[in-house]
Amino acid sequence: MSATAAAMTMASPSKQRRIEERPEVVIRFAGDSGDGMQLAGTQFSNVSAVVGNDISTLPDFPAEIRAPAGSLAGVSGYQIHFSSYDIYTPGDRVHALVAMNPAALKTNIKDLEEGGILIVNSDAFTTSDLQKAGYKTNPLEDGSLKKYRLVAVPITKLNREALSDLKLSPREVDRCRNFFVLGLVYWLYERPLEPTLRWIKEKFARNPAVMEANIRALKAGYSYGETLEELPVQYRVPKAKIPPGRYRKITGNEATALGLVTAAQLAGKTLVYCSYPITPASDILHTLAEMRRYGVLTIQAEDEIAAVGAAIGASFGGALGVTGTSGPGLCLKSEAINLAVMAELPVVIIDVQRAGPSTGMPTKTEQADLLQALFGRNGESPVVVVAPASPAECFTMIIEAIRLAVSYMTPVFFMSDGYLANSAEPWPIPKVEQLPKIEIQHPTEPNEDGQFMPYKRDHRLVRPWALPGTPGLEHRIGGLEKEDVTGNVSYDPLNHEHMVRTRAQKVANIADEIPPLSVVGPETGDLLVISWGSTYGAIIAAVERAQRKGLSVACAQLRYLNPMPKNTGEVLRRYKRVLVPELNLGHLRLLLQGRYLVECIGLNKVQGRPFLVSEIEEKIHELLHV
Amino acid sequence: MPAASLPTLTPKDFASDQDVRWCPGCGDYSILAQMKKVCASLGIPRERFVFISGIGCSSRFPYYMNTYGFHTIHGRAPTFATGLKVARPDLLVWVITGDGDGLSIGGNHLLHALRRNVDIKIILFNNEIYGLTKGQYSPTSRLGTRTKSSPLGSFENPIRPITIALAAEATFVARTIDVDVNHLTETLRRAAFHKGSAFVEVYQNCKVFNDGVFEYTTDKEVKSDNVLYLEHGKPLIFGKNRDKGIRLNGLEPEVVELGKGVSVDDLIIHDEKAAEPTLAFVLSRMYYPQFPEPVGVFRAIERPTFEDLLNRQVEDAIKAKGRGKLEELFQSEDIWEVEEAEANGPTALD
Ligand SMILES: Cc1ncc(C[n+]2csc(CCOP(=O)(O)OP(=O)(O)O)c2C)c(N)n1
Ligand code: SF4
Ligand SMILES: [Mg+2]
Repeated sequence: MSATAAAMTMASPSKQRRIEERPEVVIRFAGDSGDGMQLAGTQFSNVSAVVGNDISTLPDFPAEIRAPAGSLAGVSGYQIHFSSYDIYTPGDRVHALVAMNPAALKTNIKDLEEGGILIVNSDAFTTSDLQKAGYKTNPLEDGSLKKYRLVAVPITKLNREALSDLKLSPREVDRCRNFFVLGLVYWLYERPLEPTLRWIKEKFARNPAVMEANIRALKAGYSYGETLEELPVQYRVPKAKIPPGRYRKITGNEATALGLVTAAQLAGKTLVYCSYPITPASDILHTLAEMRRYGVLTIQAEDEIAAVGAAIGASFGGALGVTGTSGPGLCLKSEAINLAVMAELPVVIIDVQRAGPSTGMPTKTEQADLLQALFGRNGESPVVVVAPASPAECFTMIIEAIRLAVSYMTPVFFMSDGYLANSAEPWPIPKVEQLPKIEIQHPTEPNEDGQFMPYKRDHRLVRPWALPGTPGLEHRIGGLEKEDVTGNVSYDPLNHEHMVRTRAQKVANIADEIPPLSVVGPETGDLLVISWGSTYGAIIAAVERAQRKGLSVACAQLRYLNPMPKNTGEVLRRYKRVLVPELNLGHLRLLLQGRYLVECIGLNKVQGRPFLVSEIEEKIHELLHV
Repeated sequence: MPAASLPTLTPKDFASDQDVRWCPGCGDYSILAQMKKVCASLGIPRERFVFISGIGCSSRFPYYMNTYGFHTIHGRAPTFATGLKVARPDLLVWVITGDGDGLSIGGNHLLHALRRNVDIKIILFNNEIYGLTKGQYSPTSRLGTRTKSSPLGSFENPIRPITIALAAEATFVARTIDVDVNHLTETLRRAAFHKGSAFVEVYQNCKVFNDGVFEYTTDKEVKSDNVLYLEHGKPLIFGKNRDKGIRLNGLEPEVVELGKGVSVDDLIIHDEKAAEPTLAFVLSRMYYPQFPEPVGVFRAIERPTFEDLLNRQVEDAIKAKGRGKLEELFQSEDIWEVEEAEANGPTALD
């Protein structure tokens, strides 16, 4: 059958093949950095979303930018979980692994389930490539892969044959191998080729030869599936039940950037985003730097101190000052954040956490900055801390962070992490007219007997945001202790205590307006699993499974870490035991035990990787003696 | 007539109600007094002035000006000023800093504010000492300076603020002296009118911890031999009798006496607008006692400002493609539609 014919008949499987239905599949593409695995993965996930599956994806970038070709350090991966029901994570165990070379096989095989499908490019298993990956014998031949359904495909050779008559260099031809294997996987999981064909045509519009090559590679891979004897089966993953509407795929960093632009428009303000490049936060800067026509100003500062300084300066002038960074950069920002605490100016600090301490593991995820955000400054320094639970939720929570910052004149921390930043899920595109406006008022008149008092507070203890340029409201602010009301420098002991308590109370007052903590599951019971940030997905998946087994377990997600919802202590006390899974050694646990005097059990993992659903599930079983 | 609508302000209008807390005899008083005079003379409404400072005796300055002010943290004032100016190009933003604030802890920010040409006016009060922390040597302290932290004399090579500013590609670089009232006023005025970052070093006497370090530039008896007033387009002449000048010998400056075979035509003609800062750099390296120390404007050139370039990118992008709306923002290459009743998957699975 010709490639084109195969593509056209893809809806109806060939006669002799079985079709098996699967509720969910986890597939991972792995290869050398130069093998185009990120692209293959993105295309696969886009198509899966388009055909109606729920999806969750996670890229795994190599730490080095240009690791030697074929080396273990140079392996790049992309995992996709697609399903016919609601999913929350990119998946624990891999059902199908694509390994484009021995190094990719070596680093990824441990995650493939027993009996899983293993597609390898057998042409890449040369003596030298095997050596680079540290294999003494060829795993394709030595029987070590017996546990898996090995599908060894001479991808390089087949791809070259398919493109043999095109006027392209051997290098250009080989660069299409990712589309060949993508085509094969499309066949295996009954994915349509059209969306990817459309993408190729748009992407390579200016280079018809390359366009043709990629189209052919994709189709050749697809038809090759038909001939495969090792795989007499195709898999079908039915559509998921997803609320109707328009969707797109979004990563946490994208959602954060879009949320910032949205918040600025909802507030009628200019966004000034100031940042110093750092993994995994840089993509927010990159995305916003492209948004000039939305009125977005970005400053790539000389360091993280300058970045937060510029953000606070912009806020002083009446713009929305925001700074974004990761752990090492956050360390540098502490002093300036404290100035914003003292000067009571709005600023949002985005911390895309990564594995620390120090430089740690820049591309790996962790949640170990929570206590730094809350307490990592001198003096009594109350700040607001919020944390999104999923990639798409970064959008709503960053808008919330901005809203709290400007309505309470306070720094707000937004705690994302490397996992949220890079993983993607479907995002229901919001209706602009349904997004609530952010109300901001700047005084234009003196507020006391013809004079302006910069620290005269409203009933929530919030001071006015008076902007330079307003006649008659000239005033000075700064980091020295202020006399309440007048804002004059003061060393008065009682005033200091009053101000320390007032600043704390102002932040505490926010608990009056944030939503109460809600639980998924029984209102009382044997076990509550409570979490914050990116661990939500694995936890809710595990808890729902446990509930289906009839266990008395509920979960709750803290999106506000300071202040916490008013009912938090009460919720904790409704369960016999409380489990706090975190990607650190127990930050939230320390807070909950200290604040509410409820004993909490920790489940702590610091491997630079997110929780697997099974890890949470096992802990639940252990605690409930299942 | 527009002139009539301009506010008539006096220096008094710029005085805040706060007691000034510098030591008696501190050079900062004079700078404050001249600054008020200059501000009142600019024809700019008071609410458009913002003074931003770091930490130090000098950085108390904003509290004494009845304008908008922000006393920030040690060394970082240029960063706050940059954010403010980017957000509010309509404001006249001054940065007040010291030799420790601006050249030690904040050296990095000074460098980058100047390099970017943010339209802010940076006034560095150089007293060659850490005043506020009660007298330690600073990055500008001369070799051998004895302080509490250098009781045997400082052995660290000092840096020259003007040299640093020139190296950072500053578009306006000047030096003046706290008690040289007219010169100080004129220099501040010129800084105010410069479009782009202006850097002004002020020799400032710290009465308590470094008294008299600049006496050779202020003492009536000797100052004309030790100070060289720079004037654009004029030869470099100095001395009580204006009989000495500066000539280039290769790449080195040298002091020459006029007459005796040396004429005014042999002297360097000061060109503050020179495209290259080479000569300005040479001047910045002239130090007492070998040379008279130049005061005045070393360099004043035009270059687009940071905030103008940034805001222009916004305007250009809007001109090219229209102002971005949220509906467009949410678009992406792959959008899909989920319709009612279409879904048929199970709801729960293990
Ligand atoms: C982060 C930090 N480190 C140290 C200090 C202490 N400190 C305050 S002012 C100062 C030096 C000020 O010297 P300079 O900038 O020359 O100002 P001057 O007092 O001489 O005007 C130091 C070290 C501080 N306030 N903050
Ligand atoms: S210590 Fe020196 S610089 Fe500070 S106020 Fe006193 S005299 Fe002025
Ligand atoms: Mg000093």
